[in-house]
Amino acid sequence: MSPKGVPEAVIAAVSSEEHPIAPFLRMDRMPHIWCSTCGIGTAVKALVAAFEKLETDLDKVSIVSGIGCTGRVAGYVRLDSFHTTHGRPIPFATGLKLANSELTVIVFSGDGDLSAIGGNHFIHAARRNMDLKVICVNNFIYGMTGGQAAPTTPLTAVTSTTPYGNAEPPFNLCHLAAACGANYVARWTALHVRRLTKAFAEILVKPGFCFVEVITPCSTLYARKNRLGTGLDIMKYYHDNTVIEHGAEPADTDIVFGGPIICGKFVDRDRPTWLEYQDQHLGEVLGDKYYRGKVLQGAGER
Amino acid sequence: MKADPIGVRTGTLYLDGDRATAEGAIAAGCRFFAGYPITPSTECAELISERFPEVGGIFIQMEDEIASITAIIGAAWGGARTMTVTSGPGISLMMENIGLAIMLETPCVVANVQRGGPSTGLPTMVGQADVMQARWGSHGDYEIIAYSPQSPQEAFDFTIKAFNMAERYRTPVIVLLDECVGHMVEKVVIPPADTIEIEPRRLTDAAKDEYLPFAYGDDLVPDMAIAGMGYRFHVTGLTHDERGYPEMSVRCQEWLVPRLVAKIRQNADDIIEFDEENTDDADVVVVSYGISARVSRMAIDLAREKGIKVGFLRLRAIWPFPEKRVAELAKKIKSYVVVEINLGQIYYEVQRCAAGRCETLLSPHAGGGVHDPEDIFKVIEKGAKVK
Ligand SMILES: Cc1ncc(C[n+]2csc(CCOP(=O)(O)OP(=O)(O)O)c2C)c(N)n1
Ligand code: SF4
Repeated sequence: MSPKGVPEAVIAAVSSEEHPIAPFLRMDRMPHIWCSTCGIGTAVKALVAAFEKLETDLDKVSIVSGIGCTGRVAGYVRLDSFHTTHGRPIPFATGLKLANSELTVIVFSGDGDLSAIGGNHFIHAARRNMDLKVICVNNFIYGMTGGQAAPTTPLTAVTSTTPYGNAEPPFNLCHLAAACGANYVARWTALHVRRLTKAFAEILVKPGFCFVEVITPCSTLYARKNRLGTGLDIMKYYHDNTVIEHGAEPADTDIVFGGPIICGKFVDRDRPTWLEYQDQHLGEVLGDKYYRGKVLQGAGER
Repeated sequence: MKADPIGVRTGTLYLDGDRATAEGAIAAGCRFFAGYPITPSTECAELISERFPEVGGIFIQMEDEIASITAIIGAAWGGARTMTVTSGPGISLMMENIGLAIMLETPCVVANVQRGGPSTGLPTMVGQADVMQARWGSHGDYEIIAYSPQSPQEAFDFTIKAFNMAERYRTPVIVLLDECVGHMVEKVVIPPADTIEIEPRRLTDAAKDEYLPFAYGDDLVPDMAIAGMGYRFHVTGLTHDERGYPEMSVRCQEWLVPRLVAKIRQNADDIIEFDEENTDDADVVVVSYGISARVSRMAIDLAREKGIKVGFLRLRAIWPFPEKRVAELAKKIKSYVVVEINLGQIYYEVQRCAAGRCETLLSPHAGGGVHDPEDIFKVIEKGAKVK
C-alpha cells in the first residue's frame, strides 16, 4: 500500500535501500501486523537505536512479550525472543533471568497485558527489584482484541466495552511501579524518539527493575472511538501537550483524558536487585556453605 | 550422564513423599524452583528452599501458581532444570501455562500432591481426582506424561524419571502424588550419584544461521537452543512453523499439533510403566495407583485367602495409559476392578480399553481418606461372579 501523494520515485528509492534497522529485525517476517501510524514500531525503533548506541552484545539479550499487538514485538526482533501467554511475560522473564544472570532480559508488552491480567506479577517484580527491563506500550486500550477498556483507559474515554465512556479510575503505571520499588521509572511518548532511546540505553545497563512507559497512538481503535484524528494528529497532540518534568513525584503524573501528559525520568535509584540481595544475605548467613557465593568468589565477581 | 554428587544425599533417609520428591529433584539436577505454598505439597518447597543455597539452586516463592509455572518455563529456556509443586487449586491455576510448556516443548516438572476437591475441598486430606485433569486440563490437543508414586521411595525415583523424560521428549512431566504418599514417612534409599542416570538436554549443535527450532527427526523431538547461545531464535505459544514463526493456517496446525501428540504416542512403550502380578490365571484384575494401590493389596490378599483368583495391575506411570496391556488382559479375565480415590476416572479409561471384552467395575471413594479394604473386597467378589 503506498501512502497517498508520495511520488513513485521516492517510494522506489526508499524501498530499494535496506532499512537501517533491518539487521536487528526478522525481515523474513515482514510485513508486520501493525497498523500504519501505530506507535509500537516507534518504540521498537528506539530500542534498536539504544542497542546501536551501546553496541550491545545481542547474543546475550533476550526479549519476552505477552499477548497483544505489543506482544508481537518479540516475534520481530532478532534476539532470543519469547512470545508467552497473556499477562505472563514478567514471571517468564524472571525465570529466564534467574537461570542465567548473564542475560539482559527485556519485557516488551502492552498496558493491558502488564497491568490487568499481569498486574500482580508487575507489582511483585517491582517489589523484588527483579533485574528486568520492562517496556510498556500504553495505548490506553486493548488493541489486539478490538478496542476494549484497559486498566489504563482514562475516565470518560470511549472503548468498545465502555460505549458511554469509561467510569473506572485508571492506573498511573509509573506511580504504581515507583510505589512498588522499581529502580528506574520513566514515561515518554512515541513522539520523543530521542529521549526514549536515551531512556532505553539507560535501562539496558542499569541493574534492577526498570520501567519505561511509552505512550503511543492506536489510531485504529482508541483514536477512532474517541475522535482524536489521525496518527499525525495524535503526534501533534503529544507535541502540544507534553510537559517534561524529570524527577516529578510519580503520584502527580496521572493522565487525564484530554489533559497534559507529564513525561520524564521520575525515578532513578539503586536498591539491590533480588539476586544481589539473595547473594549478600545468604552469603552472610551460610558463609562457605553458600554455593553461589563460592562460585561468584571463584570468578572474582565479588 | 551421571548425577552431580553435590545434589545427591546418598544414604538411607526417613522422608515423607513431599520431601522425597524434593530430594529426587535435586538429585536429578533441578536448580531452579518457583512455587507458591499450598497444603499438602508445601514440605517439598520448604526442603528445596533449605537445600538449594548449598547446591547452587535458585528458589523463589512467587506471587501465585500462574507465576510459578511460568517462571519455571522461562528458567528452562535459560538452561536450568526446573520444577514447581502444588495441589488442587494451584494446579488448576497452572493449566494455561502447562499448555505453554507443551507448545514451546519445554522440559520441566510439575508435582501435584492431590487433595480432596473440587475447589478448596479437603486441603489436608487425600484425593486422587486430578487424574483426568492431569491428562486433559489445559485447552487444545496434547499428550502428557504423568507418574504416580505409591511411596516416598518411589516419589524420589519417579521424580528423577520425570526429569529425564522431560528432557528426552521436551515436554512438561507431571508427578501425581496424593496427600497420603506426600505425607507418609518411610525409608528412602538414595543411591550414589554415579549410579543415577541423568538425561542431558538435547541441545542443538546446528550452525548459527541454519538452526530451525522446530525441525525434527525420527523420534519427532526437535533439538533445543537456550537463551544466550547465539542462535537468536523465536518461540511462541501461537501455532508455529519450523522456524518458530507464527502461522495461522490449517496447514501449519496440521504440521505441528499431530507431531506434539505423536512424539509421546509413538514413544509410549518407552514411557509406560506398570507392575503386573498374578494375572496369568486371574478371573479379576485390580487396577490401581498411588496410595490406593497399597490399600488394594490388602483387599487382594483377603480375596486370595477366600480362593478368588485376583491379579493386579499397578500403574507406575498413569499417562500415557497402558492401553495395549489393558486390552489384552481383558480378553482372558472376567472383570477389572478399578480402585481410586475419586468417583471414576481411570475407571473410564479401563472400560474404554476393555471395550466390552470383560466387565469393568469401580471401587470408588469420594476423598478424604483411603478405602476400607473390605469395600474393595466386596467389589472383587462381585467381579469374580461375573459370567
Ligand atoms: C488468558 C487470556 N485472556 C484473554 C486473552 C485475549 N487477549 C489477547 S490480547 C488482549 C489484550 C491486549 O491488550 P494490551 O495488553 O493493552 O496490548 P495491545 O494489544 O493494546 O498492544 C486480550 C484481552 C488472551 N489471549 N488470554
Ligand atoms: S490496533 Fe492499535 S495498537 Fe494494534 S496495531 Fe493497530 S494501531 Fe497499533
